[in-house]
Amino acid sequence: MSGTPANAIRFLLDGDVVEVADVAPTTTVLEWLREHRHRTGTKEGCAEGDCGACTVVLGEVAHEIDGGRGAAVTDGGERMRYRAINACIRFLPTIDGKELVTVESLIDGDALHPVQQAMVDCHASQCGFCTPGFVMSLFALYQQQDNTNRAHVVDALAGNLCRCTGYRPIIDAGCAMANYPAPQRWSRAQGQDVAHIDALHALRRERALEIPGFVAPRNLDELAQTLRAQPDALLLAGGTDVGLWVTKHLRELPTLVYLGEVRELQNVETRADGVLRIGAAVPLTDAWSAIVARVPALTELAQRFASPPVRNSGTLVGNIANGSPIGDAMPALIALGATVELRRGDATRGLPLEALYLDYMKKDLARDEFVVAVDVPTPSAATHVACYKLSKRIDQDISAVCAAFAVEVENERIVAARLAFGGMAAIPARAQHAEAALIGHAFDIASFDLAAQSLGDDFKPLSDMRASAAYRLQGAQNLLRRFHREHATRQALRTYSAEVSP
Amino acid sequence: MNDLPAQRDVGARIGEPVRHESAHLHVSGRAMYLDDIELPPSTLHAAFGISRVAHARIKCIDLSDVLAIPGVVAVATAQDVPGENNYGGIVHDDPIFAEGLVQYAGQPLFAVAATSMTVARKAALKAKIEYEELPAILEIRSAIAAGSFVIPSQLLARGRARESLADAAHRLQGTMTVGGQDHFYLEGQIAIALPGEDGTLHVHASTQHPTEVQNVIAHALALPAHAIVVQCRRMGGGFGGKESQPALIAAAACVLARKTNRPIKLRLERDADMLITGKRHGFIADYDVGFDDTGRITAFAVMLASNCGYSADLSGPVNDRALCHIDNAYYIENIEILNHRCKTHTVSNTAFRGFGGPQGMLAIEQAIDDIARTLQLDPLTVRRRNYYGAAPRDVTPYGQYVEDNILERLTDDLEKTSRYHARRAEIVRWNAANSVIKRGIAFTPVKFGISFNATVFNQAGALVHIYTDGSVLLNHGGTEMGQGLYTKVAQVVAHEFGLPLSAVRTSATDTSKVPNTSATAASSGADLNGKAAQAACQTLRARLIEHACKTHDVEPHDVHFVDGAVQIGRERMTFAQLVQSAYQARIPLSATGFYATPKIHWDRSRLNGRPFFYFAYGVAVSEVAVDTLTGETQLTRVDILHDVGESLNPAIDRGQIEGGFLQGVGWLTNEELWWNAKGELKTHAPSTYKIPSVRDWPRHANVRILDEAPNPEDTIHRSKAVGEPPLMLAISTLHAIRDAIAACGAAGAIPDLAAPATPESVLRAISSLLPSGEGARRADEGKA
Repeated sequence: MSGTPANAIRFLLDGDVVEVADVAPTTTVLEWLREHRHRTGTKEGCAEGDCGACTVVLGEVAHEIDGGRGAAVTDGGERMRYRAINACIRFLPTIDGKELVTVESLIDGDALHPVQQAMVDCHASQCGFCTPGFVMSLFALYQQQDNTNRAHVVDALAGNLCRCTGYRPIIDAGCAMANYPAPQRWSRAQGQDVAHIDALHALRRERALEIPGFVAPRNLDELAQTLRAQPDALLLAGGTDVGLWVTKHLRELPTLVYLGEVRELQNVETRADGVLRIGAAVPLTDAWSAIVARVPALTELAQRFASPPVRNSGTLVGNIANGSPIGDAMPALIALGATVELRRGDATRGLPLEALYLDYMKKDLARDEFVVAVDVPTPSAATHVACYKLSKRIDQDISAVCAAFAVEVENERIVAARLAFGGMAAIPARAQHAEAALIGHAFDIASFDLAAQSLGDDFKPLSDMRASAAYRLQGAQNLLRRFHREHATRQALRTYSAEVSP
Repeated sequence: MNDLPAQRDVGARIGEPVRHESAHLHVSGRAMYLDDIELPPSTLHAAFGISRVAHARIKCIDLSDVLAIPGVVAVATAQDVPGENNYGGIVHDDPIFAEGLVQYAGQPLFAVAATSMTVARKAALKAKIEYEELPAILEIRSAIAAGSFVIPSQLLARGRARESLADAAHRLQGTMTVGGQDHFYLEGQIAIALPGEDGTLHVHASTQHPTEVQNVIAHALALPAHAIVVQCRRMGGGFGGKESQPALIAAAACVLARKTNRPIKLRLERDADMLITGKRHGFIADYDVGFDDTGRITAFAVMLASNCGYSADLSGPVNDRALCHIDNAYYIENIEILNHRCKTHTVSNTAFRGFGGPQGMLAIEQAIDDIARTLQLDPLTVRRRNYYGAAPRDVTPYGQYVEDNILERLTDDLEKTSRYHARRAEIVRWNAANSVIKRGIAFTPVKFGISFNATVFNQAGALVHIYTDGSVLLNHGGTEMGQGLYTKVAQVVAHEFGLPLSAVRTSATDTSKVPNTSATAASSGADLNGKAAQAACQTLRARLIEHACKTHDVEPHDVHFVDGAVQIGRERMTFAQLVQSAYQARIPLSATGFYATPKIHWDRSRLNGRPFFYFAYGVAVSEVAVDTLTGETQLTRVDILHDVGESLNPAIDRGQIEGGFLQGVGWLTNEELWWNAKGELKTHAPSTYKIPSVRDWPRHANVRILDEAPNPEDTIHRSKAVGEPPLMLAISTLHAIRDAIAACGAAGAIPDLAAPATPESVLRAISSLLPSGEGARRADEGKA
């Protein structure tokens, strides 16, 4: 088909509007860059969003209230927001209307960007293959954060693997980059932001992007109608799972219905009853930031959930709707008593999150039904909340066990308990026996020991490459003990809370 | 010409922390890797079809459905290999395409060439393979029981181990278990084959061993070596994984290129790479050690066995190096090591940084730790009591004298600067007061032999051109995989001519420029190629000096190369002017250089000789915290003092030390290869195989290069090899975890900790020290 703007993908690259027509909708950003454009600075290391060699940055117009660095630069309260994503699993049509920044974009003539110069000066590249990805993750941080410290750098780089350096010089480069003179080409000054915002506004569409095999409805009614008309279509949000179906499983996908342009799904809002409503297209980054603001106990989970580039693309509702038994969002949300709103045609219904999951990858969800939002209540002051994740690596690992507990205590007795686990069964699930062992009992170790023993009645976990059944059960049991102890002593009981000899 | 005085005038570039020669290219995305090369439009993309079973007779390979896929141009099987269907370098037991028999899940059966990589990958899945499945041996103990070995077992013995064990004041037995490790170079295996005229092939390969790739292709295609050119500018990481394995990839590409007469690119995507290619050998060691009251070892008997996978590959030399490093830093008078090289129906394991050395060291380090715990002594005390020392405690089990021992100096320094003893005392206090989070600390030494065990490989060549504008083009047989070899050798060359580094460019390693090269391996890259390049430069320098002496009527010692200029008597001219003048006088401005490591010899059958030119040393102290409820561990601090001789480039050397250390930590903690009962590897992507990430670098890290420690041997500028030795500093981390686990048990308890020390492995070791078992775990605790 011909490349008219209505059915060509359009985005900004190096200040120019790029129009791409005649590509399969499952063409990844990486594939387009490398194979179509022969722009090969961005690398493929794993094609599953786990190594970060393919990291690029997407620029979008954000609003002042969205959080992040800097004030608005336009009267409309807008500014540019730059975030790292994995190009290897992001489909090209989903960057329509955005600005794409790759490692080639940073250099200004022969002058390296401060991020690049700091990497050179700190000896932060050896084989260099992962380096463009690190540069782009640091570039996103550079754009977001004025004074970067070690913690920012480590968080920002959690999705980038380097096999050569041991990371020390890369951390140094990240900490040093802010000390270099501001670059000309990527000045964070207002004027440049305005130019980028104007350029992106010029890409706004009157009608939805429609290319063969890809539909991007603009509002909820359109979405519901589209799904009714094409019940075999596949919903696509961040694509951090669906992308792998293409790159790893080599699957042919049906028509993709993209949620990223549906207006009503973009929002995080606080309802009158204090419940946080997170729309289906809200990226994990924003969803977790809103949840953690209300439930600080989930800070570590939010930080360890996948990686920054995955969180910037993937959505919380996508994680929920996918419903993997080892997804990390479900235990925490189930423990908090989250509900989901489902829509099919014009009909909507609500469901406690745990009721969505029927059996392994089987959900109480009709073919043409979709999750509109997840509603997350804020726990009461009397509720002890914790979420623990057991995995081989701290960052960006899939849990062997993920456990979340919300235990309400009144006069030292447990009056309510929601214990939810991932990795222990074919679905994310509550531990009914263990909950029963707690409710009505004292908040003491005896109760938790009993609950721990009851877990054996709740779960018969699997053995696989992440852990054996025996470890999963023992670990889950001991997490209950850790929970008791941490709340009894009001102290974190973790390896990082151990002192380090000076 | 080697009687000329050494170039001393400009020493500035040697020992300077010069940046990596490609750093500016790396950070800007302009460094070209194989996958970035723009290819002719006629290029086809290839993919392997692989076995899905571990061990079977192949009854039938039907590829008709593969060929029917639109876009598929050709397939190749064993029948399409005109010459020898083998890429095994030592024992010829590695078929390029399996023929009749498959011996691991993941073994290549055929390759497809198609118009795109995706088409090729999809088509490869359409093959119809009929197998007659055979019983598969999947791990070491089963292989030993079945007598399944890739090459015969070896015995290394000295003294009277059995008798001394019987007579020992104390004696204990134990088992060391360590898993393998995937290289996880960020750039997967890749080769490009470009057919040329008259049946020749130009091959781009991501390889540490271009010459072997050349030879394997030549044999496979039944062509003379001169018909094949193999080139490699840089790899996106190697770590040993691109020593023998790239020959498979390149040979398959060449078979298809020959068949189609079109350029072929064969790139393994990550899962294919991890399923098809070899890894570090997992090992077990059953040991029996005798010792006196002070902890000094009187006898050591070990059954050391490795999982070699289905074929020999480099398993012979890997195991030889394990044998030659089981002593590590310790003198063991009476020793007996029986070494089995086990054949299993898993991928054939191969070279990986350390090359068996680390696995050998783990055995003795664990035995020493056991001794210390049994005697309730500080493990460092026991280690020191067993260090190599003065004669007669200075000879290794394989007969080499330890002449350059600096262990005492290193240990004294780090013991003090790391405050080892004070910290241990503090940790003991912490552990007494804390029941859930235990801390541990360990100090371990490294002594690593430098040179290929096989003497023949310790040679190198270089080619240096000086152009008439005074710029210098360097080529040598070493390959660049990120380790900074090109930078170091260019520094050597710039130094010889007194030139700025910018005057020297290194061109891609190329079998048509420097022939018959050894693998860039065994940490020897800078040692060998630095010396070879220096020799070439000395030849050229001698010619230029001779010319200058003629034109200026001075003596050789009146000619100095300094700061891009040449001082000839009282006259100074630019280097380019002298070169131009030499050109006018028809002086040859190109030279080769050659180097063969002196002093070394090795009797492979008797496992005796002086295999190593020298030893590189290092010491490390790791401190960890262990969660005894979950088995989670955290490396909280590391102190390292490492010996690189006189560093050629301290920035690069530090990079090797830190990177090697963390890679070793990954091997011993997070990185777990996991096969299911059918022999399928289920950890074949970064989603399931966890190499260290940025948060795993400890916040408190003190890494130092030992100052003023020139190599006593005449190496290039008295430097020492640095590629592999630092990996073994990570043994300190494993032993710190062991130390923390031991704090869960009674005094004298010996943890049974298998590596990698995943949370599961750690929790298992903790549980085995606790009397009550898992269910009643710590029921009495937390009543705070």
